[in-house]
Amino acid sequence: MGLTSDSTGIKAIDCGPVIKKRAEDEKIVALAGNPNVGKSTLFNSLTGMKQHTGNWPGKTVASALGYCGYAGMSYVLVDIPGTYSLMAHSAEEEVARDFICFGGNDAVVIVCDATCLERNLNLVLQTLEITEKAVVCINLMDEAKKKKIFIDLDAVSEKLGVPVVGTTARKKKSADKLMESLNEVISLNEKKDRFHIRYAEYIENAVRILQPTLEDKIKERIDLRWLSLRLLDNDLSLTEALNKFLGYDILSDEDINKALTEARRTLSEAGIGTDKLRDEIVSGLVRAAEDICRETVRFEKTDYNSKDRKIDMILTSRLTGFPIMILLVMFVFWLTITAANYPSRLLSDALFWLQDVLTGAFRAVSAPDWLHGALVLGVYRVLAWVVAVMLPPMAIFFPLFTLLEDSGYLPRVAFNLDKYFKKSGSCGKQALTMCMGFGCNAAGVIGCRIIDSPRERLIATITNSFVPCNGRFPALIAIITMFFTGVFIMPFQSLFSAVLLTCVIILGVFMTLSISKLLSVTVLKGLPSSFTLELPSYRKPQIGRVLVRSIFDRTLFVLGRAAMVAAPAGLVIWMMANITIGDTTLLLHCSGFLDPFGRLLGMDGVILMAFILGFPANEIVIPIVIMTYMASGSITEPDNLSELKRLLTDNGWTWITAISTMLFSLMHWPCSTTCLTVRKETQSLKWTALAFLVPTLTGIIICFIFASIARLFS
Amino acid sequence: MNNIYSYTLKDLKKGQSAKVSSLTSTGSIRRRLLDIGLIEGTEVECLQKSPDGNMVAYLIRGAVIALRPEDSATVSVV
Repeated sequence: MGLTSDSTGIKAIDCGPVIKKRAEDEKIVALAGNPNVGKSTLFNSLTGMKQHTGNWPGKTVASALGYCGYAGMSYVLVDIPGTYSLMAHSAEEEVARDFICFGGNDAVVIVCDATCLERNLNLVLQTLEITEKAVVCINLMDEAKKKKIFIDLDAVSEKLGVPVVGTTARKKKSADKLMESLNEVISLNEKKDRFHIRYAEYIENAVRILQPTLEDKIKERIDLRWLSLRLLDNDLSLTEALNKFLGYDILSDEDINKALTEARRTLSEAGIGTDKLRDEIVSGLVRAAEDICRETVRFEKTDYNSKDRKIDMILTSRLTGFPIMILLVMFVFWLTITAANYPSRLLSDALFWLQDVLTGAFRAVSAPDWLHGALVLGVYRVLAWVVAVMLPPMAIFFPLFTLLEDSGYLPRVAFNLDKYFKKSGSCGKQALTMCMGFGCNAAGVIGCRIIDSPRERLIATITNSFVPCNGRFPALIAIITMFFTGVFIMPFQSLFSAVLLTCVIILGVFMTLSISKLLSVTVLKGLPSSFTLELPSYRKPQIGRVLVRSIFDRTLFVLGRAAMVAAPAGLVIWMMANITIGDTTLLLHCSGFLDPFGRLLGMDGVILMAFILGFPANEIVIPIVIMTYMASGSITEPDNLSELKRLLTDNGWTWITAISTMLFSLMHWPCSTTCLTVRKETQSLKWTALAFLVPTLTGIIICFIFASIARLFS
Repeated sequence: MNNIYSYTLKDLKKGQSAKVSSLTSTGSIRRRLLDIGLIEGTEVECLQKSPDGNMVAYLIRGAVIALRPEDSATVSVV
């Protein structure tokens, strides 16, 4: 995937994924488009691959691949990040631009939003400057129809000089038409005359000076008019990518250099500096889009967005914006906790029943004790714990979160919270990457690519693990339920849990902001940069698809990953508990060694060791704690929360331990996957180390302060 | 006269519309603003303020885009 290609520095140039063709004659097609145009949904319906889509900017964080075929042609489809422009402001735009220019694709499909065609045409026009092998796919035709917006597709096609297809990504039928056009474009050999923007005469003049020289020198498949414009524009990041593609420095060629100097001279004689040139180029694009739409798009209702505005009035107004946001978060947690209770108990009953069956089977074949211990008491038991504790909350939380994503609410969260991020010296888009962190911190870190300024991107990367990822939620929920809600009776109990969990989340957000501020006045000094945020139309999420998708894509994926880590960890723990050095087990040696430090932080050696062993995946921290306590004497088989609580209190847990553990769970080193992702995204060991140390030190300090104060009062 | 020149997007009240006359910013902010379609003559409507009154959502060429006050203050309108 995009992550593995070699990149340079913070502004990672990513020429896209390594593409595996299934056959020699298979064609590579890039799927480009603005964010939120249903690009990934279309990708899924074309390829049948389940790839996650979301209704917020920059959801496709790394390019995804899929295969499809139509009428004898077969394609590799590459879903590239959604961008508004190819003039590279952010790392994502660079990825998109580099793939369209240098990715070796045979055609590009540009997906547009029918309800907002004019804005989308900017990207279309920029792409058409690069390649004529393009199909414009105007998606969300159904939404447009609802809003009484009518588009004359043939007229748009006539103007652009490339096929234009109207689709409804949620309906599979419309995809056939798209594939037909794609076949047509790919098999077309002669050059077709596509739309060209006529820029101001002095720009055209400069292009006329430069282009012939380039035609002599560059034999690669690059549109030279486009290249001339970019060289005149002095687009440094593009030149860098171009040189990498060509294998030499284009400006080292004397003739090109001479022609470029000459072309620039004519511009400066006309009084055109670099800034003015850029203005002219961008304005040219915007005006061309406006011209095309004026003649092809008809709005029958002037207030076609009135419904969105009404919803926004409620969700982002001064009076109700924040309360609704917090209530919504609380509701999601409440539903997760309440609904997870029962299946969780059923699952653990079933899994521990199976453990007894396994034990019986081992006995029946008179397997050696160590084998039974290692496999059943070690591997199986930890696995069972991970599944029983994690699966139910995840299977409920993920779909709920996905519903929020799909409806278009998350950009509103960024809208509401921007002031706080600005005050912390960072970017409102960090609110989005923070939200992605709730799912998985590694995904959140990759998501940071949507942030333009390298400084703000680093801040968002380093602070991403301050929000609990899905691997940490179940532990937090379990501890809250065990220690802090026993005083309430049932319906209020889970409500109270939800309130507490929301407080933990708010603390996480608060820490994200504080540490961002701290970073922005110390190692990452600077002022917040500009920030534009699109608020897409609300869309009714498709509940059925959301359910299937979030369970299969996310829940099972995360669970699988956790299980893969939990199984060997279970083995390690069991061995540590059974290998003795002197007269105590290795496990007790280790936890004993860590114990003084653990106690200083309000926990104990076992918990601290569990966090360390949980480095590959946070999901297994609580199971390790339980295993360790059980291995060191206690014989209870805790198959529900109250017995689990007894096990913990027997081992010295108090409310101080519980809170310290929750605090440390919220603030400690990111898991190994996240650390690796940070390393790949930042290309720097220094920032990776910082991303590791900042939350760790914060957690240690805060736990120490909390434990010290709490002991005074108890 | 001074009044006309200092009138920017930031001064628009909810529900008001205006036409962009020029951008006073430079560099990447300018580019971003141009990219979202804020070129001379573009009609912009002020839609909604965020709860804390910081970011403001505008209707720009059919898309709803929120800007920070320090950025919208660089867009002169008439």
